[in-house]
Amino acid sequence: MSYKFDSDARYTENDEWARLEDDLVVCGITDYAQDQLSDVVYVELPEVGATVSAGDAVAVVESVKAAADVYAPVSGEIVAVNEALEDSPELVNEDPFGAAWFFKIAPSNLSELDELMDQAAYETYIEEREEG
Amino acid sequence: MTELKRTALYERHIARGGRMVPFAGYELPVQYPTGPMVEHEAVRSAAGLFDIDHMGQFRLVGRDAEVFLQYVQPRDVSRMKVWDAEYSFLCYEDGTFVDDIFIYRLPDSWWIVVNAANREKDLFWLDTHMASFDCDLIDESDTTYMLALQGPRAQTVLQKLTDYDLGQMAFHTAAQAQVAGIETLIGATGYTGEYGYELFFPAEKAAAMWELLLEAGADQGLLPCGLAARDSLRFEACLPLYGHEISAEVEPVGARLSWVCDWDKGPWLGREAVLKTKLEGPQRWLVGLEMVERGVPREHYPVAANGQTIGWVTTGMKSPTLDKFLALAYVPAPYHRLDTELEVLIRGKPRKAKVVKRPFYMPVYRR
Repeated sequence: MSYKFDSDARYTENDEWARLEDDLVVCGITDYAQDQLSDVVYVELPEVGATVSAGDAVAVVESVKAAADVYAPVSGEIVAVNEALEDSPELVNEDPFGAAWFFKIAPSNLSELDELMDQAAYETYIEEREEG
Repeated sequence: MTELKRTALYERHIARGGRMVPFAGYELPVQYPTGPMVEHEAVRSAAGLFDIDHMGQFRLVGRDAEVFLQYVQPRDVSRMKVWDAEYSFLCYEDGTFVDDIFIYRLPDSWWIVVNAANREKDLFWLDTHMASFDCDLIDESDTTYMLALQGPRAQTVLQKLTDYDLGQMAFHTAAQAQVAGIETLIGATGYTGEYGYELFFPAEKAAAMWELLLEAGADQGLLPCGLAARDSLRFEACLPLYGHEISAEVEPVGARLSWVCDWDKGPWLGREAVLKTKLEGPQRWLVGLEMVERGVPREHYPVAANGQTIGWVTTGMKSPTLDKFLALAYVPAPYHRLDTELEVLIRGKPRKAKVVKRPFYMPVYRR
């Protein structure tokens, strides 16, 4: 099974991606995550203005068969959410690294981003689980 | 944990990218790479093929077969003509469910289809009550393969493989015929809300039948479909599933199945208890819920009225056909009335819902 990746993004062990754009950390779930979930039918987004810590459950993504929490990859303030996902949750399946970004965080400690996996490490992490 | 069984099509599912999951003791595909939404839509608009070999099949034979069948289930089978097929269920004497079943009247026997998880239990239950009857129940599940071909183009697909005129088959009847040269019991039956067929044939022909059907359906939009689509299809049509809407915890009146019962045919197991419930009203009713506030209702989520938990969701999802968040749930009277405002606790948070008409999707054969 081959998955799409974004070489500009960093990755969490919970299959979120985080990408620095204009001083904000844009976050979503990976292609691997959407494939595991299958057809996404519902996304619940955080409140804009909320202060979050890395690892906090801040959003929910639900597929035909399962509900999964989405965790904040870095600490900071939620400054934007992708409301398009509320009406078009299928975007998560179609374009997980692009149109289906979940939220943007104004980071309070940008070094947290460096602690996340890069693409190569994340690919290895997926392979390990696939063999699991 | 007991080892999971594999159907004869296991390798075929893997080859087609089927995602295998445990279900009723079997490893079965929950979906193919097309995804459950696309598979669901294929059955509503074209056709879908399901491996349902996990289902059990019993053959009932002998002089007292009909009398015995009258006694162990609520439907008046004396009114069934040869080749008729009907839905029914088995009850304990307290009126709760043993299982739900499909009965086919064949020229020389009765063919009974049961849920995979209940096969041993049903066999034991039926055997227990057979002592004073001159008949035999033969478990033919292992030698019989079962596929479901469902959807508006199912007839076109199947007709390519058989000389038998499918156009003359009424819904809920059966026929014995050759399909792709394989001796097959064809049931004009199914559990999706669409017209279609359930096919029973020798287990060693499983791979041949599967591939020939998919080939015959390639130009008709036929897709192999997994358990997720099977569940969403039967859910929209409000067809109950054992372990969800029906179980040993609930009974037929509340489950909206008292229409199956024949009260005049004489005694049957569970009759007194079910009749009493019918007269007095059940403890809880199965209702359809539509979410007023967004959220995915799922099985076991509590249902509340004015902050008090009053019931539970038996099945819930985003309906692919209706594009709404819907649920089936058990609630006590008077909360079962249409338009009653209730709440579903979704991951602990109350979300508004209201009682709506069932079925969510009117089966084509009831229109």
